[in-house]
Amino acid sequence: MSVLQTSPGVNRRRIANRIFALLCMMSVLFGIVLLFLILKEVWDQGASSISHRFFTEPPSRFPEKAGVQSALWGSVWIVGLVALISLPVGVAAAVYLEEYSRKGRLSTFIELNISNLAGVPSIVFGILGMVVFVRVLALGQSVLAGAMTMSLLVLPTVIIAAREAIRAVPSSMRHAALALGATKWQTVASHVLPTALPGILTGVILSLSRAIGETAPLLMVGAAGYIAFPPSGPLSSFTVLPIQIFFWADLPNPGYRGPAAAAILVLLAVLLTMNAAAVIIRQRFQRYKP
Amino acid sequence: MTDVTEALNVTYSAAAPTPAAQESRPILETRGLTVRYGASAAVKNVAVKIGERHITAIIGPSGCGKSTLIRVFNRMNDVIPNVHTEGQVLYRDQDLYAPNVDPVEVRRRIGMVFQKPNPFPKSIFENVAWGPRINGWKGNVKEMVETSLRKAALWNEVKDKLSDNGLQLSGGQQQRLCIARAIALEPEVILMDEPCSALDPVATGKIEELILELKERYTIVIVTHNMQQAARVSDFTAFMCMGDLIEFGPTTQLFTKPVQKSTEDYITGRFG
Repeated sequence: MSVLQTSPGVNRRRIANRIFALLCMMSVLFGIVLLFLILKEVWDQGASSISHRFFTEPPSRFPEKAGVQSALWGSVWIVGLVALISLPVGVAAAVYLEEYSRKGRLSTFIELNISNLAGVPSIVFGILGMVVFVRVLALGQSVLAGAMTMSLLVLPTVIIAAREAIRAVPSSMRHAALALGATKWQTVASHVLPTALPGILTGVILSLSRAIGETAPLLMVGAAGYIAFPPSGPLSSFTVLPIQIFFWADLPNPGYRGPAAAAILVLLAVLLTMNAAAVIIRQRFQRYKP
Repeated sequence: MTDVTEALNVTYSAAAPTPAAQESRPILETRGLTVRYGASAAVKNVAVKIGERHITAIIGPSGCGKSTLIRVFNRMNDVIPNVHTEGQVLYRDQDLYAPNVDPVEVRRRIGMVFQKPNPFPKSIFENVAWGPRINGWKGNVKEMVETSLRKAALWNEVKDKLSDNGLQLSGGQQQRLCIARAIALEPEVILMDEPCSALDPVATGKIEELILELKERYTIVIVTHNMQQAARVSDFTAFMCMGDLIEFGPTTQLFTKPVQKSTEDYITGRFG
């Protein structure tokens, strides 16, 4: 007799194990295959519309002349301004919550509500932006109003990511600095933030890639479907890639399917680049972590 | 605040008193010191005097409050939430816990070395230079870094790689870098919280040698769970147990003729 006797029921357990592994694998494949099919469909429709001209021309009444110049620049403006607004405000808020605020009921309440804000539908932020920035602050239907609205939308995510990154800095580093007679601000500025920076940047870039894909809030603050020129300043009217795509896809002329699909490819390329940047930043800095 | 700073500055500049004064006046003293974490007291009614330019060791079993006691001297307990300190902690007759004393001012005069080496993830040079710089020190930085590294017996090992990251050094070198970092501020007192507990015996030997050298210039308070270490390096030893200061006296006396029964039990290895 072998030492490793077959124990009772082992076959049934082995089969259950296989079935479960198979189910899990199919769930993975389901997502990937669907994504791949969509990508292929978009590629087939849009690849032929992509040319140098597509990036240098504004939208047009004629599908074969239509380009994404104004929408691409609009997206660049929005992302740039959102980064300028949400990075300092978000990091400052995270520093306050992590390093300065006393832990208590109030801070728990604030924390909970930041998490809640991250889950608020984007259209709600759009309405807020329309009322506050477009009308009350009289910024009009400008790229600045759009960027401020979008900043509100991504701030909770930026704050949460920055807090995680700041919390991951070992407290021994803070103690080392404080024991040298550093003030809290000197400790944070010289040691905590530089160490947390890769994590913060990763979070910010991922938030920005959410901002670049959002459509609804910008529709509310008045991004238009037909804009012939890139924004010339913060108070210009504007459009962005997702809205351009939506506008073209909505037109009855089937000739616009090509430009719409091509614009989707451009948007995807921008998104993937930003996500890759986040990964590279994270990996490059991780080597120097203690 | 300013008058206290001035008061501290005066004593700071008078850092080289006469030998007679060294013996008579303690540089640090606690009176009726009780430290609580929430409701539980980690240090109970402790009165202890630390002599200038002496090495004072604090020994005792885990959880006896020795680390809490040493962190009182540079107000590092303030960093931990829910810590309450009662009683007096005098630094040259100035109460460190007086309401108008800024802990930042205390810490630049009373340095600290931690249990686990914690150099900044920056260059060796920057590790030493940072403390003086943020405290508004002006002068020849290169010279100051070299002097500090020499005093910490690290210069010869790192002089050719000052721009390397401090974390690339070995554990023992990292700890000496931390000592150099503390020395760079020219403190009067250096507190060491189990500085060798993360090091191997060779590195420990080097640190102990260094501690004995530093005694020439600095007052050193060292927490250790290693009784041999306390016996080897210290002039005075405090034995703590369950938050009480059980016995305090010259090291030779405490280790050869302890007065208290529990001190004897501890140093002979019967508990702890």
